[in-house]
Amino acid sequence: MTEKTFDPSSASSSFSVNKAARHTGELQGASRLLPNWVRNWRTPEVLLRLLSPIALLLLWELASQAGLIPQRVIAAPSQIGGTLWAMIASGELGKHLLVSLQRALVGLSIGVSIGVVAALISGLSKRGEVILDSPLQMLRTIPSLALVPLFILWFGIGEFTKIALIVTGTTFPVYLNLFAGIRNIDPKLIEAANTLGLNRRELIWHVILPGSLPSFFVGLRYSLGISWLALVFVEQINTTAGIGFLASDARDFMRTDVIVICLLIYSVLGLLIDGLIRTLERFALAWRPSFVRN
Amino acid sequence: MSSIDLLNTTKPAHSPAPVQLRNVVRQFGEQRVIDGLDLDIAPGEFVALLGASGSGKTTLLRSLAGLDSIDSGQLLVPKARAAVFQEPRLMPWKRAWKNVILGLHIPDAKARAVQALTEVGLAHRLEAYPATLSGGEAQRVALARGLVREPKLLLLDEPFAALDALTRIRMHRLIIELWRKHTPAVLLVTHDVDEAILLADRVIVLANGKIADQLTIDLPRARDTGQEGFQAIRARLLSLLGVEVDTAAAAERRAPNASIRRFAHG
Repeated sequence: MTEKTFDPSSASSSFSVNKAARHTGELQGASRLLPNWVRNWRTPEVLLRLLSPIALLLLWELASQAGLIPQRVIAAPSQIGGTLWAMIASGELGKHLLVSLQRALVGLSIGVSIGVVAALISGLSKRGEVILDSPLQMLRTIPSLALVPLFILWFGIGEFTKIALIVTGTTFPVYLNLFAGIRNIDPKLIEAANTLGLNRRELIWHVILPGSLPSFFVGLRYSLGISWLALVFVEQINTTAGIGFLASDARDFMRTDVIVICLLIYSVLGLLIDGLIRTLERFALAWRPSFVRN
Repeated sequence: MSSIDLLNTTKPAHSPAPVQLRNVVRQFGEQRVIDGLDLDIAPGEFVALLGASGSGKTTLLRSLAGLDSIDSGQLLVPKARAAVFQEPRLMPWKRAWKNVILGLHIPDAKARAVQALTEVGLAHRLEAYPATLSGGEAQRVALARGLVREPKLLLLDEPFAALDALTRIRMHRLIIELWRKHTPAVLLVTHDVDEAILLADRVIVLANGKIADQLTIDLPRARDTGQEGFQAIRARLLSLLGVEVDTAAAAERRAPNASIRRFAHG
């Protein structure tokens, strides 16, 4: 279904592909239209990129309408769109989204803070490394979701457990990356700083922290991903609000449309947050060659 | 210091040498990299240090820069010193002018940075990040960063080795100009015999951690390799370094070395 499929220059290969397309009549109809469109107008790349998803959605819709895909398996796009609209209009989606975002943000900010502090302690002092690094390395190998039973016993099934699980998941990526970033600073730069007469505080502030910032951002990206993952999981423990709750609730009522909406929200949020971090990096790491050239 | 005539090399007798080394020893394990070295550098004197790899040049420079300790002996260096290395060693996250005044606690720092960068001909690159500077420009920022501290001793560790030939010629002129203006004592570590003769008042040849020989270069400035007497000094220094040359074959012999060095530092 790539553009090459419709390339008339190599007759034999396009012939065989056309044959395969004949099995699904709808596709052929749709795909005959699109390449003409492409050939006549120099369409912007964005539109070209949208072609295949739109075609897929169309196919999906038609298959659902025709009864080929039962609603129990997955709802039709139109139905999903309708439900999405209704949920937005009623404010239900906004409410759950807010709760989830709040959990993720609270957990993430605590986790990242702990990770940063721990990395600074063990990265900047030999004694700190001796004391902190090996226990943290041990703890990090435990999958944070495996702590769920213990956390429930300790902290109950309330909000605290949920936040605590996100915290344990998000601490270590930041810790590991920032620690490595601090230790991997070019020793020549440290030497230069010493010959320039920087004291320890200035060395940390002007050399070590800015130099380890790129690694911190790598850790932050990992942590964000993990915070979403943890969210999906913890919101299935005794909750009445949140995207994870919405999804598990929908499962009980076989509302495949709501489940798809939840998945969509996760992916859109992931995209948005990645964009946010990119913007942050653009400002914070403006000195890096890749950014400088732009 | 102001009375020193830098055009014609003289050692002023009246002020004490800012750099005094007495029987300095630095050893790594059993190997004595610096082995009982005595060295004085007069105020405002430009000294070049030549020597084969492993002769202890860099170790000596690092000791003088305070980056390495010595195992025994006496080492006196001024507190006001600056070092420029083969790589510019600029902080990539700081703009050029901020790199220049890094670690400097003075009021009106920006004006000083502007002044220092203007001196090295980079007034137009004040706000540039090091990643956008060419090799020569970055090295000039490093030079400005050293000189803005008004050092009594300027340490140069093969600062021109990684530059292309044309840039190197310009840098030679610039360094002499700045040296005359700021009058620090200079210790230049180099592999390049021509460079040493072009720039220095005195060339020291280091071998096995000791001063094997030294030569006062009294050629009038501005010098060039075609100058009368230049080739004689060159042949003498090369023979001290264990390279026997007659002047005609010199260029050919040197060429492969030069290219190897350039690759090694590329």
